[in-house]
Amino acid sequence: MNQQTAIPAIELKGVSKRFGSVIANSNVNLSVHKGEILSILGENGSGKTTLMNMIAGIYFPDEGEIFIDGEEAIITSPKDAFDYKIGMIHQHFKLVDVFSAAENIVLGLDEKGKYDLSSAQKRVADICERYGFEIDPKKKIYTMSVSEKQTVEIIKVLYRGADILILDEPTAVLTPQETQKLFAILRRMRDDGKAIIIITHKLHEVLSLSDRVAVLRKGEYIGTVNTAETNEAQLTEMMVGKTVELNIHRSEPRDAVPRLEVHHINCSNREGVKVLNDVSFVAKAGEILGIAGIAGSGQRELLEAIAGLQKLDSGAVLYNNPQTGKMDNLVTKTPLQIRDLGVRLSFVPEDRLGMGLVGNMDIVDNMMLRSYRKGKGVFLHRKEPKDLAEHIIEDLEVVTPSASTPVRRLSGGNVQKVLVGREIAASPTVLMAAYPVRGLDINSSYTIYNLLNEQKDKGVAVIFVGEDLDVLLALCDRILVIGSGCITGVVDARTATKEQIGLLMTKTNAESTEGGTPHGN
Amino acid sequence: MKDVLVFLCGFIAVAIKQGTPLLFGSTGEILTEKSGNLNLGIPGIMYMGGVSGVIGAFFYEKAMAGQPLNPLLGILIPLVCALLGSALLALIYSFLTITLRANQNVTGLALTTFGVGVGDFFGGSLAKLFGAGGSLSIRNTSTLFRSTLPFAEDWGAVGELLFSYGFLVYVAFVLAFIVSFVLNKTRIGLHLRAVGENPATADAAGINVTRYKYTATVLGGVIAGLGGLYYIMDYAYGTWSDGSFGDRGWLAIALVIFALWRPKTGILGSFLFGALYVLPAHLNFGENRMVQYAVMVLPYVVTIIVLIVISMRKKREHQPPQSLGLPYFREER
Repeated sequence: MNQQTAIPAIELKGVSKRFGSVIANSNVNLSVHKGEILSILGENGSGKTTLMNMIAGIYFPDEGEIFIDGEEAIITSPKDAFDYKIGMIHQHFKLVDVFSAAENIVLGLDEKGKYDLSSAQKRVADICERYGFEIDPKKKIYTMSVSEKQTVEIIKVLYRGADILILDEPTAVLTPQETQKLFAILRRMRDDGKAIIIITHKLHEVLSLSDRVAVLRKGEYIGTVNTAETNEAQLTEMMVGKTVELNIHRSEPRDAVPRLEVHHINCSNREGVKVLNDVSFVAKAGEILGIAGIAGSGQRELLEAIAGLQKLDSGAVLYNNPQTGKMDNLVTKTPLQIRDLGVRLSFVPEDRLGMGLVGNMDIVDNMMLRSYRKGKGVFLHRKEPKDLAEHIIEDLEVVTPSASTPVRRLSGGNVQKVLVGREIAASPTVLMAAYPVRGLDINSSYTIYNLLNEQKDKGVAVIFVGEDLDVLLALCDRILVIGSGCITGVVDARTATKEQIGLLMTKTNAESTEGGTPHGN
Repeated sequence: MKDVLVFLCGFIAVAIKQGTPLLFGSTGEILTEKSGNLNLGIPGIMYMGGVSGVIGAFFYEKAMAGQPLNPLLGILIPLVCALLGSALLALIYSFLTITLRANQNVTGLALTTFGVGVGDFFGGSLAKLFGAGGSLSIRNTSTLFRSTLPFAEDWGAVGELLFSYGFLVYVAFVLAFIVSFVLNKTRIGLHLRAVGENPATADAAGINVTRYKYTATVLGGVIAGLGGLYYIMDYAYGTWSDGSFGDRGWLAIALVIFALWRPKTGILGSFLFGALYVLPAHLNFGENRMVQYAVMVLPYVVTIIVLIVISMRKKREHQPPQSLGLPYFREER
């Protein structure tokens, strides 16, 4: 095929998208030619998926134009995108479990003639042969591995005649071998004249697969470079940008003693994929330990493992009990048993209204979720939690009509203040917070940072999972970097740079062994 | 030997007649559930189908004032009335659960109470005004519904086994086969099953989820309503009395589970349930009511056993549609 046609297969000019006051994309320009693979590189929340969803017809841009083969295209629905021969493979597969591969592939198509699954199976087999897929069209989805399901999604798009393929983090769920296979297929499709856009944040994949790389940072379009003319260091710098001074107060940790020791924990998810691989570290009393990593690298499982909510394959979580001076292994215990041991563990989960609070209950009732076992007899004691609720509303400046307002009616920042307030009120010895400032405005964020610092000064071991590297560098004492379920390094937050952490974050299993030392200080 | 055979043919024929309302109900409910709607209003809808047919037939007979009925109109009027009555209830259910996203269980149960109440009100009123002893008889219409092929009686036991039924019995069989064919062998069926399994996926594939749910639920209600009509016109010889329909609606829902959501298995299941239903009357227990009631419980026991077995085997093809009972919002992620 003509490698460099003058007119790009798809071109975006000045595309912007806002959600309320949040700018997801601002003035993005990029183009992809036929027979070319373009990588979109960026950190979490840099607007990669939003941008691609605009091409796939899920969102409509607020500003800017999209050109397909040189002509302006108005894409308002996924069906419009199909008509422009654009196909997107989402991170979460859209497949019917009890259907066979072929049934899923023809689903929703209005082909002429009678419904004939065997001819569809033949066409599927043709596509497989052409690009080198290996799939049995009669196999049911629920018996398939993740990689097979992804194959079905790709065939589905090709069956509909797509010429422009968008893949949203296709390798996140694949093993290295499966990734290599996928790349071989993508290269074959490129040689066949398809235009391919792939979203990823793994640098080595970008370098080995794509022809050009477009970088986004916090919704801004940074630029596009030819892969052949760039390297990891340049891409990392484009991705993370210059360090921003945040002016968050940070005190020196005083007599930091080990409070929590995590020893070689391994953990697998429901599909049997390893999400934590031989993770070891120490959290000290009186310091803030940051955890950095690409979303979904195992941060959630790690915190849940410590809180006793996650089943581990192996390993130990030892708690240095300041009351008894003994070490307690938390792994084999339930959250209730952990509490009964006198371990005071507070957990601010990522999913605030799912795991942390009950949306339909008011602030007082949510306080009682932690104290309902107190009191005698069958009646509830509402006095104490009511006082606590009012105390939190006043101290943390929670904006709410009253303490009896259902928390689901509060804004994100206020919900978070209620949750953090409750967890801190339990005077913990270990406080874990996962993305506590996600979706919060600047002022609320600083309130949360101050609360974490207060706890640190009281001698609490604080574990802070964050996504903004500037915040991690300004708030934490040490930063643990996690990549694909492995610890890829531990750095001192006072001396480390963003590039250093960015590079550690994008490392994968294979490289992590020569990475930083897991037990570093 | 011959006596046994004759008895058996007769027993099977009675079981089929008894099973037919259940077959209508379960075919309709399977179609509905395949779209992801768990319509527990089926007993009420079947009841409404029956009473609507009775009302139509009664007024037609009254207008004819003892004259012989026109066979075509005599069938068509009650049939159309039954279809409209059950379609109305199914439409109410669809509007509440699909458009307003009300809880399906609550809506269904309310509709059953409503259907039975409305049915008893109209049926009971008619019976009180025009009937005798609390029941209403529309014998002439019933004769039309029960008319069989002319040679059925000449063929003895075989004739009884195969040809002794009114036309609605054959309609029930044909409908079960048609629904099975549509679900498994057509594009419409594929799309409908996708809607019931995973509406978000169906939506992303460009399938109109709302339209499929409405159509399947209303058609399913109409099919179930025919069961009520059959019961009154054929099985009960055109006699309406309050509450005589009994628990057949719930049995039809149990039959859906027993048949593992397959209309063709539903045919066999309806025979079995019908047989278990009439067994006490055929076996002479004398005055021993306890055994009689114990036998009548069997269809439910069988259903519970089936539920336990399918839950234990965990075979995905035998599970109910994945999003059964759940409302669908496009915006919810």
